[in-house]
Amino acid sequence: MKRYTTQIVLLVVVLLSLGISVLSGKFDAYYMDIALNVGINIILAVSLNLVNGHTGQFSLGHAAFMAVGAYGASIFTLEMSARLMPLLGGPGSFATGVAFLLALLVGGLCAAVCGWLVGMPSLRLRGDYLAIVTLGFNEIVRVILQNTSGDGVFGGPLGLKGIPPLTTFFWVFAIAAICVYVVGSMVSSTYGRGFPAVRDDEIAAGSMGINTVRYKVTAFVVGSFFAGLSGGLYAHLRTTISPEGFNFLKSFDVVVIVILGGMGSTAGVIIAAIVLTVLNEFLRDFEQYRMLVFSILLIVMMIVRPQGLLPSFPILNRKKSA
Amino acid sequence: MKFSTRLLFASTALIAAFGVCGCKSSDDSTINIGEVASLSGGTATFGQSSHNGTQMAVDEINAAGGLLGKQIKLITEDDQSKQGEAGTVAKKLISRSKVSALLGEVSSGKSLEMAPIAQTAGIPMISPASTNPKVTEAGDYVFRICFIDPFQGTVMSKFAISKGWKKVAILTDTKQDYSVGLTQFFKKHFTENQGTITGEQSYGSGDKDFKAQLTAIKAGAPDAIFASGYYNEVALIAVQARELGITVPFLGGDGWDSPSLTEVGGKAMEGCFFSNHFSNEDASPVIQNFVKAYEVKHGAKPDAMAALGYDSAKILFDAMKRAGTTEGKALRDAIAATKDFPGITGSITLDEKRNANKPAVILTIKDGKVAYTETITP
Amino acid sequence: MDQFLQQLLNGLFQGSIYALIALGYTMVYGVLRFINFAHGDVFMLGAFTALGLHKLMGPTLALLPWPVSLLIVLLVSMTLCAALGIIIERLAYRPLRDRPRLNVLITAIGVSLFIEYSAQLLFGATQRPFPDLIPRTAIANAGGLTISVAQVIVLVTTLALLAGLRIVVMKTRMGLAMRALSLNPTASTLMGVNNSVVISFTFGLGSALAAAGGILYASLYPSIEPFMGIQPGLKAFVAAVLGGIGNIPGAALGGLIIGVTETLVKGYGQELGIPSGYSEGVAFVLLILILVFKPSGILGRVEREKV
Repeated sequence: MKRYTTQIVLLVVVLLSLGISVLSGKFDAYYMDIALNVGINIILAVSLNLVNGHTGQFSLGHAAFMAVGAYGASIFTLEMSARLMPLLGGPGSFATGVAFLLALLVGGLCAAVCGWLVGMPSLRLRGDYLAIVTLGFNEIVRVILQNTSGDGVFGGPLGLKGIPPLTTFFWVFAIAAICVYVVGSMVSSTYGRGFPAVRDDEIAAGSMGINTVRYKVTAFVVGSFFAGLSGGLYAHLRTTISPEGFNFLKSFDVVVIVILGGMGSTAGVIIAAIVLTVLNEFLRDFEQYRMLVFSILLIVMMIVRPQGLLPSFPILNRKKSA
Repeated sequence: MKFSTRLLFASTALIAAFGVCGCKSSDDSTINIGEVASLSGGTATFGQSSHNGTQMAVDEINAAGGLLGKQIKLITEDDQSKQGEAGTVAKKLISRSKVSALLGEVSSGKSLEMAPIAQTAGIPMISPASTNPKVTEAGDYVFRICFIDPFQGTVMSKFAISKGWKKVAILTDTKQDYSVGLTQFFKKHFTENQGTITGEQSYGSGDKDFKAQLTAIKAGAPDAIFASGYYNEVALIAVQARELGITVPFLGGDGWDSPSLTEVGGKAMEGCFFSNHFSNEDASPVIQNFVKAYEVKHGAKPDAMAALGYDSAKILFDAMKRAGTTEGKALRDAIAATKDFPGITGSITLDEKRNANKPAVILTIKDGKVAYTETITP
Repeated sequence: MDQFLQQLLNGLFQGSIYALIALGYTMVYGVLRFINFAHGDVFMLGAFTALGLHKLMGPTLALLPWPVSLLIVLLVSMTLCAALGIIIERLAYRPLRDRPRLNVLITAIGVSLFIEYSAQLLFGATQRPFPDLIPRTAIANAGGLTISVAQVIVLVTTLALLAGLRIVVMKTRMGLAMRALSLNPTASTLMGVNNSVVISFTFGLGSALAAAGGILYASLYPSIEPFMGIQPGLKAFVAAVLGGIGNIPGAALGGLIIGVTETLVKGYGQELGIPSGYSEGVAFVLLILILVFKPSGILGRVEREKV
């Protein structure tokens, strides 16, 4: 029995979110909105943590994959859903749900393919180059989307509007739970020992027979996939998306969550996602100080406590190997 | 099993953070009105101006004894000029502050985020300055009191034709839907009226160097250049154009409306023209009273955003008075029936598409100052 | 043809400003092996210092001939920014000297965000006009080509700094120490080099270069705001990588390549169906291409990581 605990917890979370989702009309719309934001940020942060934290590949382009997922899913919903309805047994909550799941998967897969395309060449690079390449990729995605025609499927600089509000508590937290589960299982499996190995010393890992490029690409593709899912959820929550919203400052926001939560610590990152998202709402009036405080925190933390604000999780503050 | 405990920990933390609704009953002694504005971030200048205007209208009505026997309470939320925030704060205003109506946003992108939320909740929304046609298509609770991009693009084309300019080059900011829209309708009207577009170039907000585009434009020898973007870039474009020896005037839309235009552009902006919602030079007493009151309060002359913010609140109050209630449906109908409302930004009539039918003014830059030229009616 | 020549000139001048910023980037990277993300922000501070200085002593400066007042403004803000660079290094980077590279990178991002947002708090988010430190006149050329005084100054300054930097690095004792540190920090200490002093010097010099770049950039494009350093900073970094990071002439070459390519995309892309807006992505496409095909850059040497 004990060996299934993880799966049971996963099931409980999914069922719980389904329950809350059914009752969502009873909750305050604004609190619900914050809760959904929290969930989306958890997916973003946990998936980025797989790349940045567990595998030690510093990506600054997570928002690009989110954008690809958001556009992929939205375009699927806007263009294909109506046509799929008859195939799924006519309009109804079941058919809508299946179509939405398909849209999310399409978005996630688009993002994963992009992750693979960017990852294959650039993951051969050293850490700081990768940071710039991913940041560059983020900018390229934004520039391309912005320069599309306003009448075309991508909607140009104004982006897409009128996306049906299909994102519910259930979808967000079920996917968040799956994301946490998948990333957790990946890094704690026998195979997954390779991720921290790549992070800790790539050359040593390589000489021990670990295919470092494959580990890095795997992390990148899985991370991008979940970023894509979160993008799809975001688009169907906000109902409008525009290229400018996925600029590299959005990527920085996620990076901040991962670093403050502790790179390589799933629980820490989840807590950071919750705390920072909620804090962001309460400190709305102090917006101009928010990034100032975060930036100071980043600097001070790297000096004093690089392992994140939570105690006792995989740490970063090893001495550099000679 | 460490991992599963983490998962459980995380999920309980989530539920705790989520919280259960503790619905506040709204305070009955005031009428709450929500405003969404970009008070910080990239488009802060627009948001702050429109907020100042709106606040002034609220203060005036409260000083005059309020409305329907109650005081008006304006609750303003800052969307930080960021994507996604306008939607969240609109929900907050509706569900937490129990507002009777929403005012805002200036930018069309943000208004498009708010519109479906207002529509679903049955709360009327009035955008002071979102000019993209798609905004009011969101539903019958969404209104605007400014003219729309097609009209503005057409106005500038009409103006160019009236000046006898046959060849015009276009410079579009492809990062701004606003600029793209203006260009589209300018081009349509201008080419339908025997005008020639000698060159079409584009750039993105935040760009600083436009010499390449301007060199290409210069080769076509246009009579004027239509620069449909915002003042930040237009000022730099004009400066660089003069350096390249391009002397023809620039034309633009209400996105030029900022003191920065002449501060940065300086002499390069002389003799250029742009369309706007109102002119603070207009001699009519209504406008001059507003300009004076605004100057006393904020130490600067009001720009178009301030005037539109003021008008949006005034139209809402007018509708509330006529409806005699703040209930959503009745209020919506009253706003929709707005006809010939004497606003600062002209006489406002809302058409069946919930857009304002009103004239535009053409302004020019003369001796480093913005001066009124003419009014063009639809 | 004239138009093409003018476009090439436009590209050359645009590129020389990238090159100017890239010099500082590449020098810091060459010595310390980390990307100083905050370089673009010191660049921004350079422009704001010049603006402040101009506000403070505008009347005095107006009495002097413009080259003199330009020089005063340049020197003062370069000195201030150099001091700032040294302070940043002391407070933020020095404690991390033995830590993994990733920690330093994160700190650099933190420093960059810190400078940007404190500048936003201090100066506001809106654009501010930058005074004409260099007269806004065009030197008309016989062939119908136009070049402005500011452009010439930028080009001359870039070339002068390029030569100057080369001399500092190759001919002086400090330069020798910088090269030694770059090759092997431990060995350089053993040879009697005071690493801390060399690193402070490198940061100071890099920040001074950034400040100079900021002032000249603001003179060309006279509106400044707290986030103005991000894009030029990124492009200058790409230029440095393109030329071979750590290689000083390479940075200049990379800057010119990016400037010319961007300008040609802007000037001719529209006719080929590529909106000028894509020029923003040009630098990054070049970056990805170079890193895929020749990661050491055009003039860089291949380095192998030793275990």
